[in-house]
Amino acid sequence: MSEFPTRAKCVVIGAGIVGNCLVGHLSKLGWTDMVLIDKGPLPNPGGSTGHASNFIFPTDHNKEMALLTLASQQQYVEHGMNNTCGGIEVARTPERLEEFNRRMTSAKSWGIDARLLTPAQVKELVPFINEKIVLGGFYTPSVSVVDSLQTGTLMRESAVKAGHLKVFANTEVTGMEVENGTIKAVTTTKGRIEAEYVVIACGVWSPRIAEMAGATIPLTPAVHQMADVGPIDILQKSNAEVAYPIIRDMDTFCYERQTAGSMEVGSYAHRAIFMHPDDIPSNEESALSPTELPLTQDDFDPQMEQAIELMEMLGDAEIKYAINGLLSLTPDAMPVLGETVEVRNLWSAAAVWIKEGPGIAQLVAEWMTHGYPHLCDPHSSDISRFYAHERTEHHIYARCDEHFNKTYGIVHPREQWASQRDMRRSPFWPREKELGATFFDARGWERPQWFASNEHLTKKFPEACAPREHEWDARWWSPITNAEHLQMRESVGMVDLTAFNEFDFTGPGAMAFLQYVCVNNVDVPVGRSVYTPLLTPGGGFRGDLTIMRLAADHFRVITGAFDGGRDKYWFTRHMPTDGSVTFTDMSSSLCTIGVWGPNAEKTMAKAVRNLDAEKRLVPTDVSQAAFPYGSVREVLIDGVPCWMFRISYVGENGWEVYTKMEHGLRLWDSIAEAGREFGIIPVGMGVYAVTGRIEKGYRLMGAELESEYTPVEAGLARPKVKSADFIGKAAYLKARDEKPVTTMCTLEILDHRNAKGMKRFPTGGNEPILTKDGQRIVDAKGRVSRVTTAGAAPSLGTYLLMAYLPPEHAVEGNELRVMYMNELFPVRVARVGSTPLFDPTDARMKS
Amino acid sequence: MSAVLVVVDHDRGTIAPASLGAVTAGRALARQIGGELHAVTIGAGADALAGVLAAHGASTVHQVHHAALVDYGPEAWGEALAAVVRALSPAVVLGCGTERGHEVVAQAAARLDAPAAMNCTEFDESFDGSGPLKVVRARWGGSLMEQAEVDAAVRFVTLANHVVEPSEAPVAHATTVHDVALPDSVLHSFVRDRVERTAGVTLATAPVVVSGGRGVGSAEAFAPLEELASLLGGVVGCSRAVTNNGWRNHADQVGQTGTRIAPDVYIACGISGAIQHWVGAMASKNIIAINTDKDANIVTKAGYAVIGDLHKVVPAISAEIRRRRGA
Amino acid sequence: MRILVCVKRVPAPGARINITADGQAVDTAFLGFTVSPHEECAVEAAVQLVEQHGGEVTVLTLGPAEAEEQLRTAVSVGAAKAVLVPIDASDWDPQRTARAIATVVGAIEAQDGAFDLVLFGNESADSCGYQVGIRAALSLGRPMVNGAKGLEIEDGHAVVKREADAGIERYRLPMPAAVGVKEGINLPRYPTMKGRLASKKAEVVRTEAQAGEGGLRMVQLQRPPERVSNVQIIGTGPEAAPAVVDLLVELGVMS
Repeated sequence: MSEFPTRAKCVVIGAGIVGNCLVGHLSKLGWTDMVLIDKGPLPNPGGSTGHASNFIFPTDHNKEMALLTLASQQQYVEHGMNNTCGGIEVARTPERLEEFNRRMTSAKSWGIDARLLTPAQVKELVPFINEKIVLGGFYTPSVSVVDSLQTGTLMRESAVKAGHLKVFANTEVTGMEVENGTIKAVTTTKGRIEAEYVVIACGVWSPRIAEMAGATIPLTPAVHQMADVGPIDILQKSNAEVAYPIIRDMDTFCYERQTAGSMEVGSYAHRAIFMHPDDIPSNEESALSPTELPLTQDDFDPQMEQAIELMEMLGDAEIKYAINGLLSLTPDAMPVLGETVEVRNLWSAAAVWIKEGPGIAQLVAEWMTHGYPHLCDPHSSDISRFYAHERTEHHIYARCDEHFNKTYGIVHPREQWASQRDMRRSPFWPREKELGATFFDARGWERPQWFASNEHLTKKFPEACAPREHEWDARWWSPITNAEHLQMRESVGMVDLTAFNEFDFTGPGAMAFLQYVCVNNVDVPVGRSVYTPLLTPGGGFRGDLTIMRLAADHFRVITGAFDGGRDKYWFTRHMPTDGSVTFTDMSSSLCTIGVWGPNAEKTMAKAVRNLDAEKRLVPTDVSQAAFPYGSVREVLIDGVPCWMFRISYVGENGWEVYTKMEHGLRLWDSIAEAGREFGIIPVGMGVYAVTGRIEKGYRLMGAELESEYTPVEAGLARPKVKSADFIGKAAYLKARDEKPVTTMCTLEILDHRNAKGMKRFPTGGNEPILTKDGQRIVDAKGRVSRVTTAGAAPSLGTYLLMAYLPPEHAVEGNELRVMYMNELFPVRVARVGSTPLFDPTDARMKS
Repeated sequence: MSAVLVVVDHDRGTIAPASLGAVTAGRALARQIGGELHAVTIGAGADALAGVLAAHGASTVHQVHHAALVDYGPEAWGEALAAVVRALSPAVVLGCGTERGHEVVAQAAARLDAPAAMNCTEFDESFDGSGPLKVVRARWGGSLMEQAEVDAAVRFVTLANHVVEPSEAPVAHATTVHDVALPDSVLHSFVRDRVERTAGVTLATAPVVVSGGRGVGSAEAFAPLEELASLLGGVVGCSRAVTNNGWRNHADQVGQTGTRIAPDVYIACGISGAIQHWVGAMASKNIIAINTDKDANIVTKAGYAVIGDLHKVVPAISAEIRRRRGA
Repeated sequence: MRILVCVKRVPAPGARINITADGQAVDTAFLGFTVSPHEECAVEAAVQLVEQHGGEVTVLTLGPAEAEEQLRTAVSVGAAKAVLVPIDASDWDPQRTARAIATVVGAIEAQDGAFDLVLFGNESADSCGYQVGIRAALSLGRPMVNGAKGLEIEDGHAVVKREADAGIERYRLPMPAAVGVKEGINLPRYPTMKGRLASKKAEVVRTEAQAGEGGLRMVQLQRPPERVSNVQIIGTGPEAAPAVVDLLVELGVMS
């Protein structure tokens, strides 16, 4: 028996699927001095892993989750712990059948064998099902049941055998020590241990442990009910752990999974039941385990009726075991991974389910070793994605309550949250409300997607504003967006961009620091700006944003609503600690209006009045000559001090106008008034984020831009590379020397009509781009070609898709197919690289 | 002068060992209240026990006689005890913590409509024979204790098993014979017949118990435990998890709802040591835990432990025993 | 056959039992509830007898309103009727409980006729009193044997088997009778899904009962003293076998 050590390179807390696999992967990556602790006994310490239903349905609409799940399943296979049994999702409603077409499409994207079944075919595979209430099935032969405890044990033991790991069960964390913002030590019931790195991988307890260090891991333990019923004759006769495919009864949010002679029935249909991590019983206080709580029977009863409806034999089976099992839920249903934003070297690997556990362990191990994962971009799992209000229990409970019953739900790619709305309003909100804005949520910000006040314009542009025939395609969408788009291109529009994040970096070290984080040269003249990617150490995209130089040692970073948290973390994590750089988050101090269109210059010429030498307010020359593209100036608009930044994301002449929040409403009114005679209209994010952007081929972080892709592949590499060193430079230089194996392209749909003659409009949710004979396209590095953004291009009279294509397909004019809702539509490569389809020379913006 | 009356549990004159623990405890209680220690045996077949009871300090032994009092009968015994209590009016009636002990005390207390506190582990040392008797008694099979008051002229209690070791303190004794009349209504529930145990030891009496828990894994996997038990002249026990899985009969279950045991050696194989199991095994004189987890509850409570897989350790011990005996 | 089974709602076994800060009750925050294990077996025994001989099982509990859940559990495994004797305190003392039960049973019998058998658990899992059944049976004028590990009906008699040190005893009680059942008499069935759903619709009759307090009073709950053991690790793995056998010799259990 080894003594409890006083020091280790890395302490991992939690010996569930994640902690076990993490130490295994870290060991493989060369970590040699690790300690794994768990407050429970081994091999089952009593966390969620111990009672998991352990099955894997690999298809997911989300790329990150799909890749992590497939990588995990592969690891289970490698350990001999993957028992393939197949799985069938069954539909009881026409909407679900339609969703199966979407799932077929996602399965195609990720290369998963899947097929649609008739009720009779379902019955053939699962003879005890009541096929009369089933409309059809989505069958995945590769669905498997895994042994997560044993896989974890093998991973853990591999690290022990290598001499890299010591394991201490029944060792509870009692405190965390932090020094200068960095984790220093963990105190436990066995003693105190100093560690350079600490990883919190303890599932439902993670928030409690993080809190001991002053960090937050936004998740809540929540109940998932399950019951084991049996014995059942037909299952016993099968003489196997799982002989029949697992059934997911999608429309009742329920599953039936054979476990030897019994059936396990699990539910996501009951009310959301949360528990605070502090209220979870200890191992000793638990009749079964801390995460197997007594079943609240009333919640489960409706589910039993539905289960019996589907499989009559279940009615007479005895309920041998039934629990309120605890699992982790997060506000957006994605894991919480990465270094905590509050404490350096304190990592989170939490809110992870069995199906993605080993893959996530690999991802986090790579992240800790290389500075960023290789397996895939952790964009939507990154712990730093959360804004302050999203870390609160209030937010966690509200959002989890909303999405819990969508675990098996049909969630539209554009679906909006109903809860936690109106968390952040721009100062323009009252005007927008009056104008009939439909608001979409952007990490708490209410942003107008389109304005009812512009509805009359749809008659002006009838062809572009035809309604969409299919309800799914029309959901969370309005033809008004296309009208706003065309009107803006004709006159001028104003766009609420307050959700932007503005980060100020000041001080003598500001420039050198930004040079180190950014790819492009930030040493531009004062009053000028630079667009730049941020790279991972491996040369993939970590961010992309714009930086204005406001003074010699004052830089302002502008980044989007969805990446503000991640970018803030990335900058502050790399900032020198010697005081030479001061960081100020201006995001809640500044509001922004974009003013764009052919009449933008006239509008702003009228609006801007600056003091001349004699202290008189006089018009200011805002012509391209006097105020060129990419420059930023301090101006007065109706007496309000503003920064005007000549830039555009929609391909039109114009500015982003920034002022302090409290001036916002006056600024809005002033610009609206100035633009009135030039036909100014409010324009929603539908134009800004989709139609305007896609016509210009602008790439978006999290869609086209991911850590798996380089600036070269994205078509964003500049002709020259600056001399200063920066994160990812070596990899960037290497990528520039190689011929890219994939290139970002824009494609147009040639024919929208499906087999029934109905026009369909892909939503841009990872639909696969296929060869004309329907084959998947995978590049030399294993990345699949799929739609990253889709949207109308009203000014071009077409509908565009963005996708990476390998060189043999990335040929302008080349005809391919896109799969949407399990049907193929012809598409043509319209553009290879970043030259815009609309206004290729940028004449409208720059002259 | 008030007395303490101890109820003797016996079977056709064979005394239950727990009775002598009760006599020993009753002795202390009698001394404390400045009263006499009495004992009562039911049925003429137990008259011969007077000597051993006196050897443990009973100065008066009440012998209840009735033609029907040959075998045990809960109601007849209860009625008989009630008759003696009515005659004697003792301050305390103390039974032993056996199945019969609880039952007779409850039957008698019911007849006198007096309160009864079962499975006591402590009696208030300041009790002087008047007022409520404060006791500590085991609830939840011993996983929780309760401080309680028995408030009545006659205070019925039973002494939890294995709490007081019998000790001798011989006194001169008198015997008093009570010929009781028993109403017909209590003559129903006698032992009618019984199947005598043929094979030696039981779980409750075996000197060695080799017990298996969830860690054993299956009914078949108990075979090595059976072998070790038989080599040591002991029996196999198990935890509730094992019975619930159907691997063994409930008769083999050690614990709160199974059998309480007190063997010389308890060998716990793959048992985590949940409280409900522990309370059934805690009276064992020596505990050897065999467990893969050095931090398992049972290991921390045991006197001795082997860290390892029971499936390997148990056969190795059997092999070693055979080797030595063969040599 | 008309059989009444008296059951008690108790926290489910398996976990450490915590006490509230004032020591007056068990902290049930983490605990599920169940029918006390001996009584679970009593319900099963009753259901089996009715399956064999016909008749119906009534289940009765004295407890808080939530004890309805345990009555429904009994219904879900075969009881036909359910009676709740509601009390506001968490527990009544044994005398009071027995008096109330006897009163209610008497009232039911006056209306619907006598029960052939009244079953109890040997003792409740939580308060371990070993007496409520005995007291109630006496009041009801029934012969009563506790500790039943077997229960059959023969010629109008309840034949009870019980384990003793010397062997297995058989008792033969004229009916109507009362029996205290002990776990191990059977392996109680679990509710089926259909049983559970049907039990939700069952009527639970509420019958108030007044009864005077008895003389046993709880003062305070306390934790038992922790056994502190200085465990001696005598070895690891099969290699420890010789040391184990040495120890067995030393402890005198191996000749």
